[in-house]
Amino acid sequence: MTTAAVTADGRPVKAKPATMAQALGRALRDSMAEDPTVHVLGEDVGTLGGVFRITDGLAKEFGDDRCTDTPLAEAGILGAAVGMAMYGLRPVVEMQFDAFAYPAFEQLMSHVAKMRNRTGGAMPLPITVRVPYGGGIGGVEHHSDSSEAYYMATPGLHVVTPATVDDAYGLLRESIASDDPVVFLEPKRLYWSKADWSPEAPAAVEPIGRAVVRRPGRSATLITYGPSLPVCMEAAEAALAEGWDLEVVDLRSLVPFDDETVAASVRRTGRAVVVHESPGFGGPGGEIAARITERCFHHLEAPVLRVAGFDIPYPPPMLERHHLPGVDRVLDAVARLQWEADS
Amino acid sequence: MTVQELPGAAAYRPTPPPAWKPITDPAPLLPDPEPYRVLGTDAVADADPELLLRLHAELVRGRRYNAQATALTKQGRLAVYPSSTGQEACEIAAALVLEERDWLFPSYRDTLAAVARGLDPVEALTLLRGDRHTGYDPREHRIAPLCTPLATQLPHAVGLAHAARLKGDDVVALAMVGDGGTSEGDFHEALNFAAVWKAPVVFFVQNNGFAISVPLAKQTAAPSLAHKAVGYGMPGRLVDGNDAAAVHQVLSEAVARARRGEGPTLVEAVTYRMEAHTNADDATRYRVDSEVEAWKAHDPVRLLERELTERGLLDDAGIEQAKEAAERMAAALRERMNADPELTPMDLFTHVYAEQTSQLREQAAALRAELDAEQDHDEHGPEAGR
Ligand SMILES: Cc1ncc(C[n+]2csc(CCOP(=O)(O)OP(=O)(O)O)c2C)c(N)n1
Ligand SMILES: [Mg+2]
Repeated sequence: MTTAAVTADGRPVKAKPATMAQALGRALRDSMAEDPTVHVLGEDVGTLGGVFRITDGLAKEFGDDRCTDTPLAEAGILGAAVGMAMYGLRPVVEMQFDAFAYPAFEQLMSHVAKMRNRTGGAMPLPITVRVPYGGGIGGVEHHSDSSEAYYMATPGLHVVTPATVDDAYGLLRESIASDDPVVFLEPKRLYWSKADWSPEAPAAVEPIGRAVVRRPGRSATLITYGPSLPVCMEAAEAALAEGWDLEVVDLRSLVPFDDETVAASVRRTGRAVVVHESPGFGGPGGEIAARITERCFHHLEAPVLRVAGFDIPYPPPMLERHHLPGVDRVLDAVARLQWEADS
Repeated sequence: MTVQELPGAAAYRPTPPPAWKPITDPAPLLPDPEPYRVLGTDAVADADPELLLRLHAELVRGRRYNAQATALTKQGRLAVYPSSTGQEACEIAAALVLEERDWLFPSYRDTLAAVARGLDPVEALTLLRGDRHTGYDPREHRIAPLCTPLATQLPHAVGLAHAARLKGDDVVALAMVGDGGTSEGDFHEALNFAAVWKAPVVFFVQNNGFAISVPLAKQTAAPSLAHKAVGYGMPGRLVDGNDAAAVHQVLSEAVARARRGEGPTLVEAVTYRMEAHTNADDATRYRVDSEVEAWKAHDPVRLLERELTERGLLDDAGIEQAKEAAERMAAALRERMNADPELTPMDLFTHVYAEQTSQLREQAAALRAELDAEQDHDEHGPEAGR
């Protein structure tokens, strides 16, 4: 995706380096400015601007009633957001960390995900739940979980995760505008990743639910999302030396799942590896591998492989590099894709 | 930068090291030592006779509604029914104290409150019949969906009331929950949020003695459930839940307080679940008949009837009239519930998301094909389509 080159009134815009965190903050700001029903609530989101500073400046610009420091209780925050949405507001909830979203699971599973269905379409809940997720930032216990599999397994939720600065802005805007609840997973180790970006004229984004080919290739497809995209892009560059030209698909949204883009890519390349840092067992990779096999069996030259986090509780920070899928593990998996006719 | 210059300073109170005083004065928040009563006390002199008669008619109707719904489970017309027999005073009062613009947040036992608020009883019972989850449009009636996961409706009431207040709307939310539900985390979180936000909410606990089989003594060590309010900085009110006039008065005062912008109130009504938890439960496994018998002497319908007849406001003819009206309601309900509901299996996929995902479209097509094959089979026999 390219960055738009002109402002709304036609002046050229110079894109400057911006972080994903800045793009996310800007998306919240622009959503709030455009739609007075958008309310941000969470722990420390007001005066402090959030522990990752994503909501910095919102309380100052829009007031405490639009960007609210709530009491410290995740079920209460999300439950209150349900009631606010019932009354016509469009709440954006910040969960402070992946593992601290768990107290809100009952509200999420039993109400947020189901309310549209329970009421025969009469009362959809346009709630966005922002969750910083994943490891790689040296966090101690309970600060690095990859919780996407739980959300994916819950019908009624959209599960969206950006991997680039452009997408962080565009997908968050789309998520807030969506009339369905969205769990918006923010890869926290990419918060400080930078790209040239112009807040005055951010790139238009496709509706949520569309994957994108980040790097075209012919030999095999790496399917990934969020924090593992940079790993896959790096692996694809390194693979050239081995003679492999890898295609990289960034899912962007786990639900809805873009079968079309994924299957089209695998039919072209005939080989696929799914890469994510969440545990492999019962993780997204299994579902994705099954979907590929169901759709592309006769195009496959090798079984679909997974490179995932180990099936362990997230390790302590000094050991996390052994857990997180890195370039070498991705390349090892690619090497196992039965390149020899007789292997 | 001084504290005053900090953004958000208005809400920030530095902790003073030397002197300490409570955030909120607890004394005015404490509930009465005994449940508040009106019937049979001096307070009844202030009660509006017309209101008492209205309450009576509704209580009789409510009692009949409970009996009819339980009967419908025996005829296979309801999958299950959690009866509020014995708790009608609470159910009716909760509905009557609200204005049309207000919101009611019922628990799964509170279909009667929804009906008393004006909801069509068939729509109220749809969930329990089992052809769809919610039989009505919550926004049309300002009745949230009947809530089964215990206490989870309470934070919704807080959020809704908070949103209404931010918009400047004069809306109060009344949220119902059982004694067992007060042990849930969502009860705590909702009360805390409501008090901090000064949300116009009334939390209405029906302490009917049991959570399925578990008695209150195993649920809490608090002096009363109403006392829990004090810990959140809101007033707690304790009321006799079988005294319709008292429940109506206490809830009305709590609603008025919320409307004045003075924040939430926790009301505990002491009542008794006269029937088993649901038609599928066997209450003899955990309670003795003598207890149930003792509560019969304190029945909400009888209490009110005694008061009204002693004061000459109601005679046998009046009682008969109320019963006949209730009978007509029950007959109409029975007849309508005896019609098979129309099932719409393809709707299973309609309201999962605003737009169906490609996966749901595929699954819908598969079910469509199954249904067509079933119909073909029914119309043309097993050889059809072979
Ligand atoms: C979160 C949750 N846990 C368990 C249940 C199963 N359950 C249904 S009703 C009930 C007892 C509720 O007791 P109480 O809150 O006193 O309400 P009552 O049934 O007396 O009206 C239980 C345990 C449930 N519905 N939700
Ligand atoms: Mg109970």
